[in-house]
Amino acid sequence: MNFNSLYEKPVLFALAAVVVISIGTLVTTFIPLFLPSTQPASPLFKPYTAVETEGRDIYIREGCNNCHTQTVRPLRTEVARYGDYSRAEESAWDRPFLWGSRRTGPDLARVGGKYPDAWHYRHTPDPQSMFPTSNMPAYTWLANAKLDTSLTARKVEVLGFGYDGAEVARQLAAFRQTVTSPAYPSALVRSQVTPAPLQGEITELDAVVAYLQKLGRDLKAAQASVARPASAEAAESKNPYAGKPAAEEEGEKIFEQNCRSCHGDHGTGGFGPKLAATKHKYGGTDADLFASVAGGRPGGMPAFLPPLGKDRIWKAVAYIRHLERESR
Amino acid sequence: MANESGKMYTVDNIVQQEMRMTNGERSDSIVRGFALSSVFWLVVGLVVGLWLAAEMIYPALNLAPWLAFGRLRVVHTNGLVYGFTIAGIFAGGYYLLEKLTRTRLAFPGLAKAQLWLFNAAIALAALSLFDGMSTSREYAELEWPLDIVVVVIWVMFAVNVMGTLVKRREKQMYVSLWFLVACVVTVAVVYILNNLAIPVSLTKSYSAYAGVNDANVQWWFGHNAVASVFTFPILAMFYYFLPKSTGLPIYSHRLSIIAFWSLVFGYLWTGAHHLMLTPVPEWIQTVALAFSLFLIAPSWASVINGFYTMNGNWDKMKSNYLVKFFILGITFYGLQTIQGPTQAIRALSGHLHYTEYIPGHVHMGTMGWVTMVVSASMYFMMERISGREIHSVKLANVHFWLILVGQLLFTVSLWIAGIVQGAMWKATNPDGSLMYTFLDSVAAMYPYWAARFAGGLLYFAGILVFAYNLYMTSRSTPGTKWSDASAAGSRAA
Repeated sequence: MNFNSLYEKPVLFALAAVVVISIGTLVTTFIPLFLPSTQPASPLFKPYTAVETEGRDIYIREGCNNCHTQTVRPLRTEVARYGDYSRAEESAWDRPFLWGSRRTGPDLARVGGKYPDAWHYRHTPDPQSMFPTSNMPAYTWLANAKLDTSLTARKVEVLGFGYDGAEVARQLAAFRQTVTSPAYPSALVRSQVTPAPLQGEITELDAVVAYLQKLGRDLKAAQASVARPASAEAAESKNPYAGKPAAEEEGEKIFEQNCRSCHGDHGTGGFGPKLAATKHKYGGTDADLFASVAGGRPGGMPAFLPPLGKDRIWKAVAYIRHLERESR
Repeated sequence: MANESGKMYTVDNIVQQEMRMTNGERSDSIVRGFALSSVFWLVVGLVVGLWLAAEMIYPALNLAPWLAFGRLRVVHTNGLVYGFTIAGIFAGGYYLLEKLTRTRLAFPGLAKAQLWLFNAAIALAALSLFDGMSTSREYAELEWPLDIVVVVIWVMFAVNVMGTLVKRREKQMYVSLWFLVACVVTVAVVYILNNLAIPVSLTKSYSAYAGVNDANVQWWFGHNAVASVFTFPILAMFYYFLPKSTGLPIYSHRLSIIAFWSLVFGYLWTGAHHLMLTPVPEWIQTVALAFSLFLIAPSWASVINGFYTMNGNWDKMKSNYLVKFFILGITFYGLQTIQGPTQAIRALSGHLHYTEYIPGHVHMGTMGWVTMVVSASMYFMMERISGREIHSVKLANVHFWLILVGQLLFTVSLWIAGIVQGAMWKATNPDGSLMYTFLDSVAAMYPYWAARFAGGLLYFAGILVFAYNLYMTSRSTPGTKWSDASAAGSRAA
């Protein structure tokens, strides 16, 4: 066959082009569809609940993935900033995946459990009230909209989450009970951002917060169940910067950047407890304060050892001592 | 220039062949319709883009749900990929198809219907995305009913392209037609396979793929949408309109053959370079990296072909207002195809991915390469369609300099921003802790975002000049007739 005749036969040419583009497609995309490495499943990673599913769809509707990634790369500084790197198993239930391609805002793969619900109730509708230099849009309309659950049962069925319409109804009722109860730990902030007629309903914001709290939760739970008590933190018991004014000043800057949004200006309190006080929830020795900051505490205090390091934690503790003195 | 069967490809015989076609045999009104539609969606897409650039600096501009960044960004990308670029491809594709086959479109009525359906679909697409009906998968955000409309439009295009090729009167297919056919088949394959989904309602569906596979399929699509929309058809226009507007034959036909097949073969392997250091299997990432580096060769084959075509005639950069669009366009294509593969290298991806560097990279391709070539091609086509000279060569030059300077200010500031941002994310103290909070890295971006907005404004001003100039050229004035001589005179700026 004269090879040049290919350029005289358009149909044959088009078929040749299809064959040529199919080879790379076959190797890098089609065959991997059936490999175990692209579809690992693990009982440790659970499908989304009914409310989380709806929250995820609102996340998609608002295009949150255009500014937030959901994949932590296995890089040292990335793990220090966000938490452990992402595993394939974690995305097993994700249709579509939401790894994103741009971090105008931070990665969210490990945001679940990092802050209390109240943090998200305040931050999502008004990010600048907590972080003045943030450029995140204020999602004010989410709390003003009742969650549409007319398709939830159908969605869960299509996604193959393994529970039926009756279970969806039960979950929705239970969730509504939880978030509308006065005993809900974030009840105060929720009531501040939710309009009165919707206080007793599930809002879109409720669903988004539930979804965000799911991100990375299963991995953290699996790791916590096998983790040893942190011994490195326990070894730190005495603040090398105690009473040094220069360190306290540096500690103030560290506090402004990392602690203020939850613990308030000068530690006067917010979502997090008041720190300008002589008594602390988890104990007031140097060792206690260090352990709280470095390792985090249940209910929304993140672990700051990886991003801040010991040195800056001790400076922040020195500043907290300074606040204590001023509060006397 | 001679291929092995002794057939000559010279611009002279292409021109002679075309002289034998009368204006009445061509589907000029359809080409004009797509060209003007393309420019309309270009202006719309850029207004949205400017609003987004301003929102980066002033978040208070997120005034309403439909104006919030997350939704608006999708309107911007889809409007410019599917509205501007695809319409430009339809215009340029049909024009060069008729010329290079010496045949009228096989189904002009179908093409007319395609024009109307296309504009209706883009308008509907924009409305649906404003409303948040999105799949979230980049450049494939449209929900399933609109996906079906897109496929129907594409089939209409494919039927006309293949039908016209089958009944053509010119024996050999010129390189531009190869790229056009590659565009037709690649878009069809990647668009359909990537958008497979299970509907939940008329406005909501879930991907047929899950997790890692969804990511891998999506970026195989994402990258090849770039290949088959921003590369193949733009090269088709470049290979046709550069020789046509200079009267110079393409430097090497053999180089075109090598470039074509290796480009079309290599592109489909590289999708996972968008997924470096993610849970996608490492071998897929590595294969994508290897083929990304390989692609430099066929990409630069076209760059070399373009540059050597001008050999000995570089004075045309000054004397012919169109040439500088094509030559700067292919230059940015060359830079783009060096920058892209380097971003795939793991260490550099680790630093640059997820930063502003990536939007900087993309915008050099779209604002530099694609728009330069498409707008010059449109000037060329519109002169011949309306049978008159370009409205103003002076304005075309203003258009050129504004989009060039605007694009450079835009892209260079984002590259620097990305390098700074990546460095801030990676910076550590001696004890291994992080030097900057994430918010520090946001605050550091504001000056660069301001520069980007300024660049975008300049670029937009240039596009407005282009739109005006093209529209004025498209209005046929009774009594003026286009002829080779007057056109040659008009091109001398």
